[in-house]
Amino acid sequence: MSGNTLDQYADRYAQRTRGMTASEIRALFAVASRPEVVSLAGGMPYTSALPLDAVGAMMGQLVSNGGAAALQYGSGQGDRRLRERICDVMALEGIRGASPDDVVVTVGSQQALDIVSRVFLDPGDVVLAEGPSYVGALGTFAAAEAEVVHLPMDGVGLVPTVLTEALERLLREGRRPKFLYTVPNFHNPAGVTLAAARRPEIVEIAERFDLLVLEDNPYGLLGFDGGTLPALRSFSETRVIYLGSFSKTFAPGLRVGWVLAPHAVREKLVLASEAQVLCPPTYNQLVVAEYLDTQPWFEQVKVFRELYRERRDAMLDALSALMPEGCSWTHPDGGFYVWLTLPPGLDAKVMQPRAVHARVAYVPGVGFYADGTGRRELRLSYCFPEPDRIREGVRRLAGVVEEELELRATFLPGRESPESHRLRGSAASADAPSPDMA
Amino acid sequence: MSAGAAEVASSGTGLSTVDELAVVVLAGGLDLEREVSLRSGRRVTDALREVGVHARLSDADSGLLTALAAERPDAIFIALHGQAGEDGSLRTVLDLVGAAYVGSTAAACRVAWDKANAKAAVRAAGLRTPDWVALPHPTFRELGAAAVLDRIVARFGVPLMVKPVQGGSALGAQQVREAEELPAAMVSCFSYGDAVLIEPYVSGVEIAVSVIDLGDGPQALPAVEIVPSSGVFDYASRYTAGTTTYHTPARLPAEAAARVSDVAVRAHTVLGLRDLSRTDAIVTADGSVEFLEVNVSPGMTETSLLPMAVEAAGLELGEVCGRLLRRAAARG
Repeated sequence: MSGNTLDQYADRYAQRTRGMTASEIRALFAVASRPEVVSLAGGMPYTSALPLDAVGAMMGQLVSNGGAAALQYGSGQGDRRLRERICDVMALEGIRGASPDDVVVTVGSQQALDIVSRVFLDPGDVVLAEGPSYVGALGTFAAAEAEVVHLPMDGVGLVPTVLTEALERLLREGRRPKFLYTVPNFHNPAGVTLAAARRPEIVEIAERFDLLVLEDNPYGLLGFDGGTLPALRSFSETRVIYLGSFSKTFAPGLRVGWVLAPHAVREKLVLASEAQVLCPPTYNQLVVAEYLDTQPWFEQVKVFRELYRERRDAMLDALSALMPEGCSWTHPDGGFYVWLTLPPGLDAKVMQPRAVHARVAYVPGVGFYADGTGRRELRLSYCFPEPDRIREGVRRLAGVVEEELELRATFLPGRESPESHRLRGSAASADAPSPDMA
Repeated sequence: MSAGAAEVASSGTGLSTVDELAVVVLAGGLDLEREVSLRSGRRVTDALREVGVHARLSDADSGLLTALAAERPDAIFIALHGQAGEDGSLRTVLDLVGAAYVGSTAAACRVAWDKANAKAAVRAAGLRTPDWVALPHPTFRELGAAAVLDRIVARFGVPLMVKPVQGGSALGAQQVREAEELPAAMVSCFSYGDAVLIEPYVSGVEIAVSVIDLGDGPQALPAVEIVPSSGVFDYASRYTAGTTTYHTPARLPAEAAARVSDVAVRAHTVLGLRDLSRTDAIVTADGSVEFLEVNVSPGMTETSLLPMAVEAAGLELGEVCGRLLRRAAARG
């Protein structure tokens, strides 16, 4: 007669699993994967544009010529040859003279985020992050039970005065942030880029306040004008931990990323990584190293840039032509994302079922904040759908917003934005999109 | 009316020919409940395979009719939730192509799927159900939402339940405790569908009673009592194991238990349902049973209520689904 919770271990889970529940938001993404739906949700690189035959032949040769080593365990820090190539790649973004000894290869930069969090964060620690911020990072910080304090951005990224004020306030409160997490280039999800002039200023503030900076730069080579801005790491070897990835320039499925850290930190990161995965996948590392050595990889990056630029243009043109008055959005110069703000009073999460009915998918903004804000905001991704599909998706989305405006006018005329009633702690867990959406 | 294990298990014919069936389990679709449906479909498919039925899981998409024409399954198990699976439209198409399926007819679904129509039908048959109004957006727009909502609150008081007239899995359903929360709840609810049902919130023991008909008429399975730890049986409580405590059979006095079984069977019968259904109801403090809604394509996931009731009745899910499929195949 005693009840059954369907989970005999329900009373044994760690406190930090409290947010791990089934979520309507995540369930709705199940529909987004259907071809009938225009998905502007997922941030999937367009891997169809890769020279797949050449990559396939190269991968086959790696096994036939040296499979015994390629399929063996490897170094916990990662393959030496790949770490050397990684230093060459980083030099393209102004990081010169980095030593392969200070590079740790990781299972995507997501694992780098996780080991940095494990090494630095205790429960209750404060992390500074842009608002909005990358959902995968917020999930990692939440798992470490850290508190994220968001820093609002303007059209050119993180605002130095906002950073300074936040640091002064936190220090007054006796709370020293463990680090600042930032995505300076073609921000996920906000689509903005930190202005060149602000970069040394941010690092200078970090020096002044003895603040560690965690720079996450997966999109830096995907600028549509072909230029690159200097990484924050190029201004300081000691103040910045730098995360990089081959997921956007080559292949996300290989899960190869890296972290470049000051020597003492690097030692701990290697130990943390070994405890997690023993070593990063040997074969995948060799594939990336061989690709960089033998294939025209930078020409391929240019192909990606052009492809994504065309799609960005399709999205921005369609938004300008179709979205109702009161919407605003960012104009990315690279990367994958446009960040859209709905007219006052609308709520992207509440609107989502209507969007699914209309066969268009986006990611509601709440998942990109750790404090439950962002309800008027949403992320649109243009990297995967063809331009015609992007235009059709925006057309559908515009219709959805029109209908929501009409509903709002009926039931809540003149009411202020739902932004005013924050739902603290509701995001970055169950309602955050799944990894393939992140 | 209540059926214990032995009673149900002894009804109908044996399982000897079930394994000769070739069946398709339909799941997925494009509804908001796609994720739940896929879980239901996988569970039913696995359960059928365990008892030797040749079952194939299929999405309900543009390839379905071609696949059915080529495959010609003996019967179809509809594990689609939401509009396509429950409003009768898919069943109309299956009738059109002469495909046999488990579950209610298209005509019966059209009534039962609409919560307002279902409530009207069971009330006309003498069952209790909370008062309600069900209205589309244009009515509020044209008459003035504030005025209409004021009248609703004046009539029903608070707390209220607000839910889409059509749809399941508690998607869009909300409890409204204060009148001033109602407009925002309406906006949220209308995102799920074109019409909203508002009824007084009835407190009591939350019960789900599954009904199956294996050949001897509709029989109620043991009632499941639902106690969500959050206090609200919402989407997260339904599909996160460990967040809700289920008591099967429900901790009800014998008389009340008999009454809920009777209500479920009568709702099934009054609405002209076939093969299986699940009635959700509240048993109030005075022991009366308030019908809330009926599901013509009940959830079959690992945390769903009908499979729990099947197990509590001493039956195997695969056996029950197999027998329902066999009956459907025999109907042609």
